[in-house]
Amino acid sequence: MSEWETVIGLEVHSELATKTKLFCGCRNAFGDEPNVNICPTCIGLPGALPVLNEQAVELAMRIGASLHCDIRPSVFARKNYFYPDQAKDYQISQYDLPLNVDGWLDLPDGFRVGVTRAHMEEDTGKLTHVGASGRINAADHALVDYNRSGVPLVEIVSEPDMRTSAQARAYASELRGILVASGASDGRMEEGSMRVDANVSVRPAGSREFGTRCEIKNLNSLRSLGRAIDYEVARQIALLESGGVVAQETRHWDESAGRTEALRSKEEANDYRYFPEPDLVPLAPDAAWQDRVRSSLGPMPADRRATLVAALGGDPSAAEVDQINAVVDLGLDGLVNAASDAGAPASLALVRAANEVAAQSEAGSRLDAGAFASLLAMEAGGTLSATQSKAVLGALLERGGGDPAAVAKEMGFEAMAAGSLAAVVDEVVAANPGEWARFVDGDDKLMGFFTGKVMEATAKKANGKDVAAELRRRRG
Amino acid sequence: MSDERVTSSLSRDDVVHVAHLARLDLTDEEVELFTAQLRTVLDHAADVASLDLSHLEPSSHPIALENVLRADEPRPSLDRDEVLAAAPAVEDHRFRVPRIGAEAP
Amino acid sequence: MTTAVSLAAEVRSGARSARDVTDEALAAVAANDDRFHSFLDVMEDEARAQADAVDAAVAAGRDPGPLAGVPVALKDNLCTRGFATTCGSRILEGWRPPYDATVVEALRRAGAVAVGKTNMDEFAMGSSTENSAFGPTRNPRCTEKVPGGSSGGSAAAVAAGFAPLGLGSDTGGSIRQPAALCGVVGMKPTYGRVSRYGLVAFASSLDQIGPFATTVEDAALLYDAIAGHDPMDSTSLPSTPEPTLPSIGEGVEGIRIGLCRDLVDGCAADVAARVHEAADALAAAGAKVEEVSVPEFSYGLSAYYLIAPAEASSNLARYDGVRYGLRVDGADVEAMNTATRTAGFGAEVKRRVMLGTYALSAGYYDAYYAQAQRVRTLVMQAFDRAYDSYDVLLGATAPTTAFDLGAKVDDPMAMYMNDVCTIPSNLSGHPAISVPFGTGEDGLPVGVQVLAPALGEAMLFRVARVVEAHAP
Ligand SMILES: [Mg+2]
Ligand SMILES: [Zn+2]
Repeated sequence: MSEWETVIGLEVHSELATKTKLFCGCRNAFGDEPNVNICPTCIGLPGALPVLNEQAVELAMRIGASLHCDIRPSVFARKNYFYPDQAKDYQISQYDLPLNVDGWLDLPDGFRVGVTRAHMEEDTGKLTHVGASGRINAADHALVDYNRSGVPLVEIVSEPDMRTSAQARAYASELRGILVASGASDGRMEEGSMRVDANVSVRPAGSREFGTRCEIKNLNSLRSLGRAIDYEVARQIALLESGGVVAQETRHWDESAGRTEALRSKEEANDYRYFPEPDLVPLAPDAAWQDRVRSSLGPMPADRRATLVAALGGDPSAAEVDQINAVVDLGLDGLVNAASDAGAPASLALVRAANEVAAQSEAGSRLDAGAFASLLAMEAGGTLSATQSKAVLGALLERGGGDPAAVAKEMGFEAMAAGSLAAVVDEVVAANPGEWARFVDGDDKLMGFFTGKVMEATAKKANGKDVAAELRRRRG
Repeated sequence: MSDERVTSSLSRDDVVHVAHLARLDLTDEEVELFTAQLRTVLDHAADVASLDLSHLEPSSHPIALENVLRADEPRPSLDRDEVLAAAPAVEDHRFRVPRIGAEAP
Repeated sequence: MTTAVSLAAEVRSGARSARDVTDEALAAVAANDDRFHSFLDVMEDEARAQADAVDAAVAAGRDPGPLAGVPVALKDNLCTRGFATTCGSRILEGWRPPYDATVVEALRRAGAVAVGKTNMDEFAMGSSTENSAFGPTRNPRCTEKVPGGSSGGSAAAVAAGFAPLGLGSDTGGSIRQPAALCGVVGMKPTYGRVSRYGLVAFASSLDQIGPFATTVEDAALLYDAIAGHDPMDSTSLPSTPEPTLPSIGEGVEGIRIGLCRDLVDGCAADVAARVHEAADALAAAGAKVEEVSVPEFSYGLSAYYLIAPAEASSNLARYDGVRYGLRVDGADVEAMNTATRTAGFGAEVKRRVMLGTYALSAGYYDAYYAQAQRVRTLVMQAFDRAYDSYDVLLGATAPTTAFDLGAKVDDPMAMYMNDVCTIPSNLSGHPAISVPFGTGEDGLPVGVQVLAPALGEAMLFRVARVVEAHAP
């Protein structure tokens, strides 16, 4: 609807890839037996105290630096509310003095999204609602597992700069790439290590002030993020156009039903009674620590895409842009760069990486770049046909490496010596005198016929280009 | 120091609201009693509330420390059975609670 | 009774066995504590096992530690692994912590023998030990009187001679005030000097663990054993403390002492008179004594009764019936939380939790909590100015001697007034000690308070030792 403008801001919670929790020495692990990683601190036993994990701070600073934030002296605060997954019935978070502020993130198309803040906080335990197919409202009772209680999180809050669900998806996807590239997180949305909430509102196009926003929770994939925003925007516009008003509320995305639903949430839950956490002291990373973090950062996805574009000799085709995004997303760009550095054509390396290798990205991430490079060199040099090269690549991926030449030989792909090719051509010509005469008279349609015969006779071991060359040479 | 005194406006409804925030259930008699008693304390605190201290930073710690950190090294966790044995209700090695009325805030 | 210093010497030399000392202490408690109710629970087996371990060390020629075989009474807000820790509350009745407080480990390493858990005001909220869910403690000097609080059980246990040493916690005077009312020595160290790990929190930025003893020297002996850095407590001071015992006899020659009017004038005449006598005694012993006024102290009480309840309202949220302790069932989680807390907490705890919740709630934070934290800054600056001119300050510990049981239970404000002289040191995190100094007109003990700047413990004990030596 053109007369309405959509306004979107995202809040992303990312778990940090530490060995231990934010304030205690319990293991930070996903998928363990319930309540095996618990101690007095993370289950809130009387008398227990928190002590801040240095590596969590390091990773939080990496995120801040990757998002061009100012890293500031910060203070932890208590956010007070009762909930059974909250072991102390308060969450230790950062409130008015967050660690990272005033950054930005550029989408692949160059659109810049402001980052308001990226602050540290602790995760909650995991609830299971028992009965009524696990739906909270009708459940009979609930069970709590505190393994996740106290796992370090960074909450990244964007400015309300996005205007389409596509931008929101691009932001989440780019942020995910940055979180992984910075080494701060594995970015796995399906395991909940990256969780996205969307603040969505609409306003008449050109209007200055914002409309009333709704916060959408339970977005477990980029796909549901896009669908949920599109649904919510349509809902709000329909509401407003029918003379209704949007209520500021938190809404739950129901993936199967494909709609958002208002949550039953306590009105006074908003009085969190924040105050500085007296059991912790201020955190003020000095300039030296900040410099160490900034200088230790590797290239971000944007830089890595640029490197590939350069390797392709500039202005890539639309198809290549998609391949570049896919390859960087999967972290396969190292493979492509190594191959082209080793002399293989970058475009060929990109195509193979974006297709055959990407198809098995698990194995692909383990593939030996040297092997990949020399395989592509063989294909480019004509020693192997495209079909053969793909077959060898498949084998290399299966075995996680190996010598492509050896694998090709073993698969019977060794290129034919020119002499033996000539012999086969002799036989084929002798066996088909009539066709040969017409070919010599200039009937080019027969090129395919003879090529096919030669391939047949050599069980496809011959290289197509070589066969064509030999046939033309004979025709004179 | 400014002269205007802040006197407590604590109402009966405030007490009821605060009791709910703190997950306490008060009888009407308790509400009356606590309203009166908390007013007394807050009126005594009026001397503090009416001071002009805008020139001072609040202190949340008596002794100022900074950047107290621990290495990211695992420490032994508690024995699960010992912890769950002290819990009011347990099911499948997890803490069992009655149904949860509302989503987390 | 024998002091901890001489008991430890006897046990270390093998002249007396720790087991013998322990059995004697346990027998005394069994025989006489029904009159005082200073203990909630006696650690019979644990105490004997620890005593035997100490004797074994002595027999094997190993160092049994500076507190070898000395019985110690532990306030019931110190976590003891596998042994009930209730904080005087129904909500923790029967809870057995799966871990030891850092101080409890320190005591064991020092060879001390923990003999039991002592009574206290519920979650340390009170000044008379009448807020215990398990009944009040009586003052051994006069059983019609309160022992003070909130560490009244430890103060009474030491005053009754059940143990030469006790541990308490001091958030607004909860060690010093009961020490004064029971006629024993009670000391609050610098905030962060003794680890709070395993101390069940009341008000995190004010709580500090400290010793009770019958002599200043014994208090210093215990302090030296528990002071030190703990990586489990982020507010623990990183420096290694100097032992205070070696310099304790150095006297007060040339020491500058400020007799703080604001910690005397508001007190009962007989208490004020004793403080002035103590000041004269110190002057006679060579100290330079002057009167000084620190008017900012008068704001301390109000600030304290906003800050402490605010922190407590958050610290006590975890008692929700989910993971440990009492649960009273309900239709849903919120109903269960509410029923549990309503049944599990006593009136004073409810009062302070509500006061603190109000002080932090939307719209009141700046007027109450933030303002109180500014007053804290004001009080700290006032202390700093005073310590430019004086090495220590002198005042009363409590405004009166011990009062009758039940006299103030219905008047919270009157009860809070007991802490008016002790609160400033909690706001500033400074050390302070209460030393018995004669009696009031009612024949009950009077405590004189010595205050020192941060990390001034050695000076504090030196001055206290001289006060003690001249006590009537
Ligand atoms: Mg958050
Ligand atoms: Zn833990």
